[in-house]
Order: sequence, then structure tokens, then C-alpha cells
Amino acid sequence: MLSSSRFFIRTLLVILISLVTWIALTATAALGDREYWKLNSKANRADGLAAWQKVYSVLTSPRCINCHTATNYPQQGDDRHRHFANVIRGPEGKGVPGLNCLSCHQEANADSTGVPGGHNWHLAPLSMRWQDTNDRPLSSAVVCRTVTDRSKNNGLDGPGLLKHHQEEALVRWAWNPGRRPDGSMRTLPPLSQAEFVAATRSWVEAGMPCPPAR
Amino acid sequence: MATYQLNVNGQRKQVDVDPSTPLLWVLREELKMTGTKYGCGISACGACTVHLDGVATRSCVVPVSFINERSIVTIEGIGADPVGEAVQHAWVDKDVVQCGYCQSGQIMSAVALLKATPKPTETNIEESMGGNLCRCATYVRIREAIKSASQQLK
Repeated sequence: MLSSSRFFIRTLLVILISLVTWIALTATAALGDREYWKLNSKANRADGLAAWQKVYSVLTSPRCINCHTATNYPQQGDDRHRHFANVIRGPEGKGVPGLNCLSCHQEANADSTGVPGGHNWHLAPLSMRWQDTNDRPLSSAVVCRTVTDRSKNNGLDGPGLLKHHQEEALVRWAWNPGRRPDGSMRTLPPLSQAEFVAATRSWVEAGMPCPPAR
Repeated sequence: MATYQLNVNGQRKQVDVDPSTPLLWVLREELKMTGTKYGCGISACGACTVHLDGVATRSCVVPVSFINERSIVTIEGIGADPVGEAVQHAWVDKDVVQCGYCQSGQIMSAVALLKATPKPTETNIEESMGGNLCRCATYVRIREAIKSASQQLK
């Protein structure tokens, strides 16, 4: 009787010790995961922000930002001056009857006359303006929030933005901008398109973090 | 050199030219249709305006190799269109022309405007005609003629 009681108590102790050990180990492991996740998240955000700055450097280059104006007109040239010939935005960003974008800009660059071209040449909508009304580029934080705002960006989520940067004809045009009227090549964005897409992918995979607004 | 079949004012025309030749020079030099004028050569003045599938287009900067199957309408053919006819009548009625050099382009742009916006506002006229320059400054009569044509097209 006495020996069976001792056996019962020993067994109970072993079970209790095992349970406490398991709980302790599990809790430690969980805490470790959480700490790791915190560190990893910080790293992801830092990497994402660094990737965004690369994306931003392209978005604010003349080949891109000249058609992301906040005004009633597009810009042209590396000095981003107002488009000549009184060209205006028009209700759909495609000019007006008699003076459409298509009045000059065809489906491809016309290198013999120096007029750039691409499919469906048009201005970005005002909701996607990346500069202020004085033609100054908006800050990285503001452009990032604009680009990620689905009420402004035509409903694009992360993968949608990545696809846009990879495939959109007018985005791709920035790396094939053709010749100026004087025959020289137009300036390219600061990154290659492959680098631009890679940066966009890194930024999207990091959750599309934006720099804090100042 | 390459051979192109063009649809100009409803007629098929064949030309053998360098692919990079601007449409303006194909019209003027190859087809001897000199109604379309050379002004600046950089699409800044509008004198060379023609319609490509109804879109007012600066023919001085569009290589002929880009035209493909699009129909070309020039000042010589715009009178066959009811809107074009009304605009030409209004131009005569309002005695718009002074030296006349830019007027082919002015009329082609005005027709494009009225086809898209039959009852244009002052702003519509100003915006649509803003790319057509006139050294004689006939702008006031151009506006009157566009409004008059719009009335005629009621």
C-alpha cells in the first residue's frame, strides 16, 4: 500500500516536472520567436525603406515626373520646363480636341523628328501628381503615400504596382526614350529598369513601408 | 526607300520614300498637295495640321512609316465633310484670312474641335486653338468664325 502510494507520488512529480519544463521551454521559444520577428521586421522595414528610396529616385527623374505634374500642362526636357506649343492636360490627361497628345506623340519614338512616342501617350492623373503646383518634386514620404493609396493609384496593390513598373508601356518607355530633335539621346533614369523592378519588388515584399512625414 | 500605300482624302496614293520622311513632305513634295504648310518643322506652330483618323495631327513630325492604315484628311479634302464645309464657309463669311499661311492648319484644328465639341466655350476654343499660331494675329476673327460655324451646325 505504502509502496504504491510512493510510486503514485513519484509519477505525479515526474509528470509535474515534465509539464513545468515543457511550459518553460515553450514560453522561452515563443519569446525567442517574438524577439526574432521584431528584429526581422525592423530589418525588413529598413530594407524596404532603402528600396523605396531607389524607386523614388526613378519616379522623380525627368523621364517619369514630367508627366506626373500637378498643373494643367506636362513638362519636357531634363530641366522639366513647361511643354511648348501651349499643350495642356485636358479632361482625361490626353490634351484637347485639336491639340491632343496624339497630335504629335505616336506609338513609338520618331527619332528622325525627335518626338518621343509610346502606346497611349498621356499624362498621369492629378491624383498621381508627384510635384507641387510650383513644379517642385514632392518629398519621398508624400510620393510614397500617394503611390500606395489605392484611392489614388487606380486601385493597385503591391503586386499590381510591381506589375505596373514591369510592364506598363509608358513606364518601360523611360528606358527607351529615343532621341532629342538635335539627334542626341535622352537621359535615362538613374537605375536600369531591372534595378528599378528589383527595388520595387524588395519594397513590396517588405510591406511597402513609407518614410515618416516631416 | 520603301513603298507606302496611303489613304489621302479617300483616295489611295502610292509613294516611294525614305521611311523617316515626315508626312508633311510626302504630301507636299511627293503628292504635290501644297495646301498643308510648313511653318516651324517642330510641331510648334500648327501650320502643318492634317487629320489622321480624325485626330488633328502635326504632319511635320510624323514619319510616313508611322501612318499605316490611318486615313489622312488634308485641307484639300476637309470641305467634303459637313463640319469642314461649315468651317470653310464661316472663314469666308468672317473674312478671317490675312496672309493666309497658317489658315490651313487653323481650319483643320477648328474642325477637330467642332467635331468633338459642337458647342465650344471660349475656353474650349482657346485651349484647342492654342497650338496654332498666326503671325497676322487673326485670332479674334478665328474665334468669331468658329462660333459662327458652330451656330450653322445647329
